[in-house]
Amino acid sequence: MTSEWPLWEVFIRSQHGLAHKHAGSLHASDAEMAMKNARDVYTRRNEGVSIWVVKSADVVASAPGDREALFDPANDKVYRHPTFFPMPDEVKHI
Amino acid sequence: MYAQMVDTGLNKVVDASQMSPQEQAFQARIDADVKVEPRDWMPEAYRRTLVRQIQQHAHSEVVGQLPEGNWVTRAPTLKRKAILMAKIQDEAGHGLYLYSAAETLGVSRDDLIDDLHAGKVKYSSIFNYPTLNWADIGAIGWLVDGAAIMNQIPLCRCSYGPYARAMVRICKEESFHQRQGFDIMMAMCRGSADQKAMAQDALDRWWWPSLMMFGPSDAESVHSAQSMRWKIKLLSNDELRQRFVDQTVPQAEYLGLRVPDPALRWNAQSGHYETGPIDWAEFQAVLRGHGPCNRDRIRVRKEAWDDGQWVREAAMAHARKRAERESRAAA
Amino acid sequence: MNDNARFEFLLRMGDNALVLAQRLSEWVGKGPVLEEDIALTNVGLDLIGQARMWLSYAGEVEGAGRDEDALAFRRDQHGFRNLLLVEQPNGDYAETTARQFLFDRWHLLALGAMTRSRDERVAAIAAKAGKEVAYHVERSSDWVIRLGDGTDESHARMQRAIDGLWMYAGEGFLPDATDDAMAEAGIGPDLAALRAPWREGVAAVLAEATLALPADDFAQRGGRQGRHTEHLGHLLCEMQFLQRAYPDARW
Repeated sequence: MTSEWPLWEVFIRSQHGLAHKHAGSLHASDAEMAMKNARDVYTRRNEGVSIWVVKSADVVASAPGDREALFDPANDKVYRHPTFFPMPDEVKHI
Repeated sequence: MYAQMVDTGLNKVVDASQMSPQEQAFQARIDADVKVEPRDWMPEAYRRTLVRQIQQHAHSEVVGQLPEGNWVTRAPTLKRKAILMAKIQDEAGHGLYLYSAAETLGVSRDDLIDDLHAGKVKYSSIFNYPTLNWADIGAIGWLVDGAAIMNQIPLCRCSYGPYARAMVRICKEESFHQRQGFDIMMAMCRGSADQKAMAQDALDRWWWPSLMMFGPSDAESVHSAQSMRWKIKLLSNDELRQRFVDQTVPQAEYLGLRVPDPALRWNAQSGHYETGPIDWAEFQAVLRGHGPCNRDRIRVRKEAWDDGQWVREAAMAHARKRAERESRAAA
Repeated sequence: MNDNARFEFLLRMGDNALVLAQRLSEWVGKGPVLEEDIALTNVGLDLIGQARMWLSYAGEVEGAGRDEDALAFRRDQHGFRNLLLVEQPNGDYAETTARQFLFDRWHLLALGAMTRSRDERVAAIAAKAGKEVAYHVERSSDWVIRLGDGTDESHARMQRAIDGLWMYAGEGFLPDATDDAMAEAGIGPDLAALRAPWREGVAAVLAEATLALPADDFAQRGGRQGRHTEHLGHLLCEMQFLQRAYPDARW
């Protein structure tokens, strides 16, 4: 049986108020070790206040081939953006 | 450089007329500076070349711990010891980030390490030179890391997303490495006669190997041309080497050290330094395994890996036992 | 209270951290896996930082103009005051883990008691170091459990390591006149009182690791009084080489 430890993805929240962001990956035999290794590998320079670790095998990713079907339909829904609605200069606080 | 003369497996640069529509679309995206991501389609030669390049780079970081590790137990002050430990630890981290980038291309880290130990892939030849006095630690930071940074900064813009992101992180961390090296050199050059002699001796031994790190001129190289089209190599070896020389010679002068090149002169017309000929026979010999430390470096890495086998196995065995116990308890 | 006792006490704390950090630095680049290399180096870096704080303060208390480096690099082995445990060679990863585990558990309890020290500098250093060592304890305990309850081979190695180092584990609970003076002055911990919680913690981890708690409680001692095992002299030869060979150099 292989002794290669599974791969984990590490997400770090850099300061209060910001979302966790992908920092990188590492190998660990179990979740506790993944958490500690993440601390030792990815927060050596005060990069984080919170860590998530997820087994890489458990990440569900969108397929590149679906890019057009998934993301292009949003292109013409410009009314979702506030800049779609020009406001007269005299109108404030909107 | 940390990855030298990476073989693309091709014997000529592929031009648009020989590409399939899929390959043409791929090249067009690269030309438009769109990053390639792991699940995107990519030509097999691109993938293979990247794996070779990234793993050479990763192995270089890992083997690169050893020449500095040779002095970590003998660092002359507690502060220098802490800095050196932190720096070598960064190299391990950089190896880890790079292996992770390679793993997104469908290879396993353990397989890459086996390839290194079997002598199937290279690491940077610079690490096959010995560290003989404390100033060598300064010279490595100043010259070797300086040369590495020169190459790595452009790679932050390379076409493969995970590699580019790893390089961004590495460059951020590397920024203190070169400075700590120069700081050691300054202390040595301002110190006793013995210390200054050590500093000169270190520069004498590391200067030429540092210039060789950039690799032979690749103006004519098919592999380099193809890698540049793929944007996994951004600048030519000679271009990078010239930048390095131009930046480093004034620093040596500041230290009051003599660059061991009698032909070195400033060319006011070109605005660059001219250097004497590089001994490429030495470079080729070290690459073939005849450097002073080739055998020791691989032996030490292999021993560390083999000695760690039972530890890695035990951790997995324990994780499996725990998972079984937990699933039994849940049932 | 006399300052000589305080100086001795500070050396003991500083030398433990320094000598163990030196041992851990021998692992640099040679760990069983990259992640572990990085993690173990973090422990070493914490300990070097602690050694610098203790030894700097020791030098100030001594008042003879010796700084952290003079104390680290210019004392011979009989001047060192560390526990015999921390100078023991790295051995295999089980021995390194066992040494770390037995020490970390003592270290955390000692530092915990010292956060209430009447000497504010001592209390402040102990508070900072205590946070670091709380993590060291978790890490080394995890590894004892993993290796103890891993494969047959790792179990055998881990048991051998615990058994082999056990006679060095008790030294930290045997106070001498210096410790008594420090405890009385409210500066240092009551070492004997640390034994019961230490034993309880160690026993719990060993049980989870399916390892046997050694029965023989005989303890080697002497390190804290400057009588060491043969290993320390070699460690110092290497560590002190540059400062000894070039006494007038500034690094």
